Amino acid sequence: MKTFIEQLINGLSLGSIYALIALGYTMVYGIMKLINFAHGDIYMVGAFTGFFASTTLHLGFIPSLLLAMLVSTIFGVTIERIAYRPLRGKSKISILITAIGVSLFLENSGIILFTPRTRTYPQIFKQHVYSLLNGYVTISNQQIVIFVVSIIMMVGLQFIIYKTKIGKAMRAVSLDPDAAKLMGVNVDNTVSFTFAIGSALAAVAGVLVGIYYNSIDPLMGIMPGLKAFIAAVLGGIGIIPGAMVGGLLMGVIEAMVSGYGSSLYRDGVAFALLIIILIIKPAGLFGKNIREKV
Amino acid sequence: MKQVLKNRLIIFAGLIAFYGIIQALISFNFLNDYYVVNIILMGINVILAVSLNLINGFTGQFSIGHAGFMAIGAYSSAIITYKLGLPFPLAILIGGISAGIVGILIGIPSLRLKGDYLAITTLGFGEIIRVIFLNTEYVGGASGLSGIPKYTNWTWVFWLSVITVVLIRNFVNSSYGRCCIAIREDEVAAESMGINTTNYKTLAFALGAFFAGIGGSLYAHNFYIIQPENFGFMKSFDILTMVVLGGLGSITGSVLSAILLTFVYAVLQDYAALRMVIYSLLLIIVMLFRPEGLMGTKEFSFKKLLNRRAAKNELTVN
Repeated sequence: MKTFIEQLINGLSLGSIYALIALGYTMVYGIMKLINFAHGDIYMVGAFTGFFASTTLHLGFIPSLLLAMLVSTIFGVTIERIAYRPLRGKSKISILITAIGVSLFLENSGIILFTPRTRTYPQIFKQHVYSLLNGYVTISNQQIVIFVVSIIMMVGLQFIIYKTKIGKAMRAVSLDPDAAKLMGVNVDNTVSFTFAIGSALAAVAGVLVGIYYNSIDPLMGIMPGLKAFIAAVLGGIGIIPGAMVGGLLMGVIEAMVSGYGSSLYRDGVAFALLIIILIIKPAGLFGKNIREKV
Repeated sequence: MKQVLKNRLIIFAGLIAFYGIIQALISFNFLNDYYVVNIILMGINVILAVSLNLINGFTGQFSIGHAGFMAIGAYSSAIITYKLGLPFPLAILIGGISAGIVGILIGIPSLRLKGDYLAITTLGFGEIIRVIFLNTEYVGGASGLSGIPKYTNWTWVFWLSVITVVLIRNFVNSSYGRCCIAIREDEVAAESMGINTTNYKTLAFALGAFFAGIGGSLYAHNFYIIQPENFGFMKSFDILTMVVLGGLGSITGSVLSAILLTFVYAVLQDYAALRMVIYSLLLIIVMLFRPEGLMGTKEFSFKKLLNRRAAKNELTVN
């Protein structure tokens, strides 16, 4: 039981990080129907910016977080502007290859700039472990920070999407870009804004991972990026609550597999789960099956 | 008919001549080991790219887990030669067949999905295959199988890639292949014309996997060691890149881009860190300026080239 609760809490903290990355995937997919493979690397950029902000610039937690969000946003919007926008409306596979190209570019520029070695993240918060219910539940202050920050981010995102004008535009474009354009929505700006929000959330995830695992490297984005994408598909891609639930679920399952089974199977189980869900419910947990019209 | 036969004989003679020249260069040590390795890699990549093109380019099924099939071929053939001590041709065959069978097993359930979902599922299957090998002690787990005999040479690679190209070309030009192309163009329309889309998709998937398995067998017997890490999704992306760069639906495009990209990779070898940056920039630039790939769906042929020139000459004469 103790292991179960421990793994549950670990899984939820890992899951909130996945959820933050998955939100970016799901928003971009919802609006552009593009699997943005470079998203995982934006997360890496965020982690490194956070790292340099707190080591070189000696900034506190919140300023480094904000700086990381800013830098990642610039990256995300620039990538969209240079690499994806000219290809909009062209064949999907060529945009996908471009996304893979951008991803490789960021990873390898990262290796050149930061060297491939793993860096130790500074301890922004001194670790405290709180024990509750006679030691049955243990939770560290880092995990609490992760939960609090991700909840704030997710609530903020909900607010932007459902209460603001740009959020309304995003929903309109994801429903039907042409109709949105006819109604006077500036599709280009909306897409850029979507990339901006997604990248900012990925940067938050990057900084949180740095705090949680204490280590970052230029290739850190590959696996979490892929898993966050799976989380987005799991929840039904394009559906924002789906990405959150998918991310949390993914984190918990992964923690359970490492806790009870072998951690070597962790990645395999994630993919197996994805395939089972897709075959039973091809649109994901929250998605509706839409019949193809001829 | 006679003309066709004559053309084929000319092509065949050309192939033998090409094979002979390279073989002679290798035999007389004009090409050092570094060149030979890259030439062999070019052949293997041609097999992989052409076979993936059958699935992605001709049947329109977005598969990005090709390295998984390659891994199956590599491991099963290595078991045949290295663990069981059986001959190499049998290993190649078994490598292909086992990858083909896995291709069918994966294909039947996952081909119900379309587009991006299919892409992610195939990526997932590729990764699962990798994780299974990673956890199988019999094939060495994470450290991989080492001590595989080096049987792959220029002869094997060249003729197997020629066979692959010829077989896939004939398949594409057969009625089966036409059905696959119909599915690519419009799946619903193809179905309403009475094409059993699942059958054809599975067939294309199995064939593609079979040849990927053969590519994997050659790969395994070219290097001393194979590890699950060699067959991650980066490898799948590499193959996909060759296909897209050459043009989806162009066999000659795949052949050319497989050779070209292997060459670029080899040239950039000296600048290890910069290599991938240049490579990825190249990828982005080509996609931005030629999103349909270098060849589009066109095939390169000498005959057309000659005909065009003849037509031009006639025009100038008149």
